[in-house]
Amino acid sequence: MLLFPSAFLGIPALVLAQTASAPAASAPATQSQIAALQVAVQNAQTAGDNAWVLISAALVLMMTAPGLALFYGGLVRKKNILATMMQSFAMMGLITVVWALVGYSLAFGPGNAFIGGFDHAFLRGVGLAPNANYGGTIPEQTFMIYQLMFAIITPALITGAFAERVKFSAMAIFLTLWSLLVYCPMAHMIWGVGGLLNVAGGRWPVLDFAGGTVVHITSGIAALVTAIYLGKRAGYPDQDMPPHSMVLSFIGAAMLWVGWFGFNAGSALNAGPLATSAFVNTQFAAAAAAIGWVVMEWIQNGKPTALGAISGAVAGLATITQASGFVQPMSALLIGFIAGIVCPFMVFRVKKFFGYDDSLDAFGVHGVGGTMGALLTGLLASSGINAVFGKNAMGNPISTGAIEGNWHQVFNQAVGVGFGWGFSIAGTLLLLFLVDQIVGLRVTPVEEAIGLDLSQHNEEGYDLSA
Amino acid sequence: MMKVEAVIQPAKLDAVKAALIEAGIEGMTILEARGHGRQKGHSEFYRGREYTIDLLPKIKIEMIVSDSLKEKTVQAILASARTGQIGDGKIFVSRVEEAIRIRNDERGETAI
Repeated sequence: MLLFPSAFLGIPALVLAQTASAPAASAPATQSQIAALQVAVQNAQTAGDNAWVLISAALVLMMTAPGLALFYGGLVRKKNILATMMQSFAMMGLITVVWALVGYSLAFGPGNAFIGGFDHAFLRGVGLAPNANYGGTIPEQTFMIYQLMFAIITPALITGAFAERVKFSAMAIFLTLWSLLVYCPMAHMIWGVGGLLNVAGGRWPVLDFAGGTVVHITSGIAALVTAIYLGKRAGYPDQDMPPHSMVLSFIGAAMLWVGWFGFNAGSALNAGPLATSAFVNTQFAAAAAAIGWVVMEWIQNGKPTALGAISGAVAGLATITQASGFVQPMSALLIGFIAGIVCPFMVFRVKKFFGYDDSLDAFGVHGVGGTMGALLTGLLASSGINAVFGKNAMGNPISTGAIEGNWHQVFNQAVGVGFGWGFSIAGTLLLLFLVDQIVGLRVTPVEEAIGLDLSQHNEEGYDLSA
Repeated sequence: MMKVEAVIQPAKLDAVKAALIEAGIEGMTILEARGHGRQKGHSEFYRGREYTIDLLPKIKIEMIVSDSLKEKTVQAILASARTGQIGDGKIFVSRVEEAIRIRNDERGETAI
């Protein structure tokens, strides 16, 4: 009680002392001090944001390999493990080079409503200064490298659909061209400045926080088209083709879950509260979906399985991706749980009904999850989490999702889904046809029987006699 | 001389081995095998699809014993490998003409 008044009195006394002792002489000094302070604050923010986005970029790369490579690798038969892992790894090489040459420019360079131009080809003008349009506090090269990791994993996801029967050469050509023809335009339409579906100023503003439409719909739909175009694996579905190593798949899926924090929370492009929101939502949806899938399976087949748990988690992660920076945590739980119920239904029943061989369920998980996530984002988006449409004249945030009365957003999201599906179907079909003419998509029946490890790479995943 | 072959559950190997040594068996050969009897394997579920695994992992034990040890050997296996469940395995006994120790060409029961 004695300290309080003295402290209270001390402050104005100090202020008075300062203003009294430094009238005219220190005015310019104060100006320069403020300027220096502004620079220091800016640097500090850049340091924090840049650290998080760079770490996120590394996490997203980890999703492709080892994450996805192990997840898919464990699900195939042992004669195809190396070839399957190699398909994901090949994307890390090929897409990186293509992205540096033209991919980044086509996705994020200035252009029309559908695709960017060649202004940033060879990364011209993409330096260490921030680009105000894309994460204004981080170097543009950070944004570029972060987005590259998304461009890598998207075609890698498709490999789950044509596992165990595609030629390596055909796969490499097809997915590289697919990245340019399908991924880059979709990324530009939704995330690029001036894009048709851009949330700020697009014709139909689509809420896609981390790529539910750009990544999961495009790859999931391409997976379905590819599985149908390529045909079934020899012996499917009469012959048993169980996963050869659930352990590898388990490790891979767990890495996908961790990597997904970079995927979703990193998409805030800063280390602020929005990253926290996306991080929390990511965890909640993955957990709820894992539970949902296991319960579905327990009821239907009598046992909870490890594969069900990890498949559910991945389905939940794919589904929350689009909503991750727009919804409240309880909505994320709901979205995850819906994914955990619907995705297994698609995988167990619908795939069997139509008889296509989406070998590792890239469509059933990513295509279905992505589509649901897009629509659920329109339904559940909350301006309290992300006032992405700004504020009205009263200073209140403009409502974003249907739960706040903006039902029109569900329509916009559906338009985004339509573009994602349409673009992916058309582009995928065209490229499959072209590549099939040039090099042939499928391995010979003999090569398929030997396995892709030996027939495509002259290697074996497991040589226990060595 | 008799040959005793037993196909058993892999989990029972240690118990059977201990029982055989207890019974005075000096040598045996263990083979990792796959197979099925009337049990016809089991089902596994992966992503809602049922797979029938009909060739299950088994252990096959082979040993050559003197005629006098035959029954003791069989009893030791029966006592240690039996769970009473389907899939416990089988024992086969057959006559052996000759046993030869490679090191010194020793023949007959002493070569076992």
